Amino acid sequence: MKIIVAIKQVPERDAHIRIDSSGKWIEESDVQYAMNESDAYALEEALQLREKHSGEVIVVSAGPERVGTTIREALAKGADRAIHIDCNDLNQRDALGVARLIADAIRPDNADLILTGLQSDDLGYGQTGVILAELLGVPHATLILHVEKTDAGLKVKRELEAGFFQEIELPLPAALTIQSGGNKLRYATLMGIKKAKTKEMRVVTAAALDGAPVAVLDGIAHPKKQRSTQIIPGDAKQAAATLVEKLKFEARIL
Amino acid sequence: MSGICVVLEERDGRIGRISWEALAAGKLLAAQSGQPVSAVVIGASTESIANEAATKAVNNVIRVEHPLLAHYTSDGYTIALHQLIEKESPTAVVFPHTYQVRDFAPALAARMNEVLIGDVVAIGEGPVFTRQLLQGRLAGNYRHQGSGPCFVSVQAGAFRADAIESGSAEATNFTPTIDAAQIRTEPGEPFRGSAQTVDLGSAPLIVSVGRGIKEADNLPIVQELATALGAELAASRPICDNGWLPMERQVGSSGQTVSPKLYLAVGISGAIQHLVGMKGSQCIVAINKDPDAPIFEVADYGIVGDLFEVVPALTEAIKAAKG
Ligand SMILES: Cc1cc2nc3c(=O)[nH]c(=O)nc-3n(C[C@H](O)[C@H](O)[C@H](O)COP(=O)(O)OP(=O)(O)OC[C@H]3O[C@@H](n4cnc5c(N)ncnc54)[C@H](O)[C@@H]3O)c2cc1C
Repeated sequence: MKIIVAIKQVPERDAHIRIDSSGKWIEESDVQYAMNESDAYALEEALQLREKHSGEVIVVSAGPERVGTTIREALAKGADRAIHIDCNDLNQRDALGVARLIADAIRPDNADLILTGLQSDDLGYGQTGVILAELLGVPHATLILHVEKTDAGLKVKRELEAGFFQEIELPLPAALTIQSGGNKLRYATLMGIKKAKTKEMRVVTAAALDGAPVAVLDGIAHPKKQRSTQIIPGDAKQAAATLVEKLKFEARIL
Repeated sequence: MSGICVVLEERDGRIGRISWEALAAGKLLAAQSGQPVSAVVIGASTESIANEAATKAVNNVIRVEHPLLAHYTSDGYTIALHQLIEKESPTAVVFPHTYQVRDFAPALAARMNEVLIGDVVAIGEGPVFTRQLLQGRLAGNYRHQGSGPCFVSVQAGAFRADAIESGSAEATNFTPTIDAAQIRTEPGEPFRGSAQTVDLGSAPLIVSVGRGIKEADNLPIVQELATALGAELAASRPICDNGWLPMERQVGSSGQTVSPKLYLAVGISGAIQHLVGMKGSQCIVAINKDPDAPIFEVADYGIVGDLFEVVPALTEAIKAAKG
């Protein structure tokens, strides 16, 4: 099976966030980056499918030069080769614009299966995989926790709301967006890290934005505070004691 | 192009709450631009939900019906709604941001060279659509500038369902042309995960732990707090994803919904998918080292600090208070 995994590099979860001078994005120099969480699960699913059914795992990532480190990480975990779509204005493109970049880059590979994480932790559109399926003309399923290959194609387990699940059967080629938690993530081994340096990473230049996007991100801001939380002051011991008092006499819970 | 279409979603035979919230958002857009609102229901037989929709102040109800829409499939819904939108040519199409909508609306919009502005939390004059970025740590303001309809989905709880007046609308039928061969996926019946042995829904006190705990080996400190309080232990998704606690203890959109007297969130950032599962709690306490964590937006009491210091101190204080 030839599997393509689209991965995104996003700010690390604990990153200190400041809005930049354009007011449209964050100050990037402040931030460390990591592989988007659900994309890591998508990669894991792809590696496990290859281990069961043989084939090839190709990772693709769009972004500036720094995404090379995330691509190397994926190669170190076991992906066979990579495509880096070099693009410095990713945040100005909408979900359709980014999906078009990826679709153009991966079309020649004619993969059997395309995986993405279900949503990025930064922009959070949650659309790339679904639009990719539409652009490539293949069926898709989203929020997938397990993938099983069948004679007819795939049987997948999809997460529904409120603790429900559903099985879906679909033919190949197909696209899936992967939910976190279906597998245990592997770590890169020293051997893997060494090998990654010799693996192919093809760089393609992103086509320039033609015209403005459909969904325009005009500006970012700190969310408006709506509720006044009582922040309890003091060191840990004082705060704990005050909280217990408040829960007892103000909220009357204890 | 004129009019606003709001696509309502069925939940256990009735229109779900978040769909009414989408309708409220649709009415807001309509009021900004003086346009009529159509409620759209979709399925193989839509009579009862169409009747339900018709009791609201909408200009009309459109019943999109076809035998191949008996079960939700992305292909079926995309084809049917695409045909409807071509015919109606609305300026905006509004959806509730449900797992189902996430599954097809991006493809539907892309088919029309448009982009879904998803998970919207506020709509301002313009219209300007606000959505969360970086899991609620920032907000982004978006504008639509396509030539076709503006596709929007709204986040649960962001718009007021109870603000919609009642009415009595007429229903019309729309029969899409769908061929069975166009539906490429075969969906199975929904089923529950493994048998539930804890019912967090009826627990009066809950201590819930998030990724701030860092390692499974640190869990005993929150377990001790829960024991001191006589509370059930719950968790955010990453804790269950890692297998540190069983799935049945997960609170949130894909886990359990709880509304205890006390919900004490430890090292949880407060992503919307977590908040929808617990914001109905009577009293919410958050312990987090980040003063800007979104969890403080819903908390009654907050302690900004290192949980590894605060939690043991709190356990002691509770033990002392209980004597
Ligand atoms: C479709 C979908 C469904 C989902 N369903 C669910 C669901 O049902 N339930 C759910 O919970 N999530 C769900 N999620 C995931 C959700 O979006 C968040 O990723 C998740 O809730 C984050 O969990 P967290 O708050 O524990 O972790 P993080 O977001 O990583 O937050 C950790 C917090 O701990 C704090 N912290 C770190 N160290 C310390 C310390 N020493 N002391 C004090 N505080 C500290 C940090 O400041 C941070 O705020 C879903 C996501 C999607 C896309």
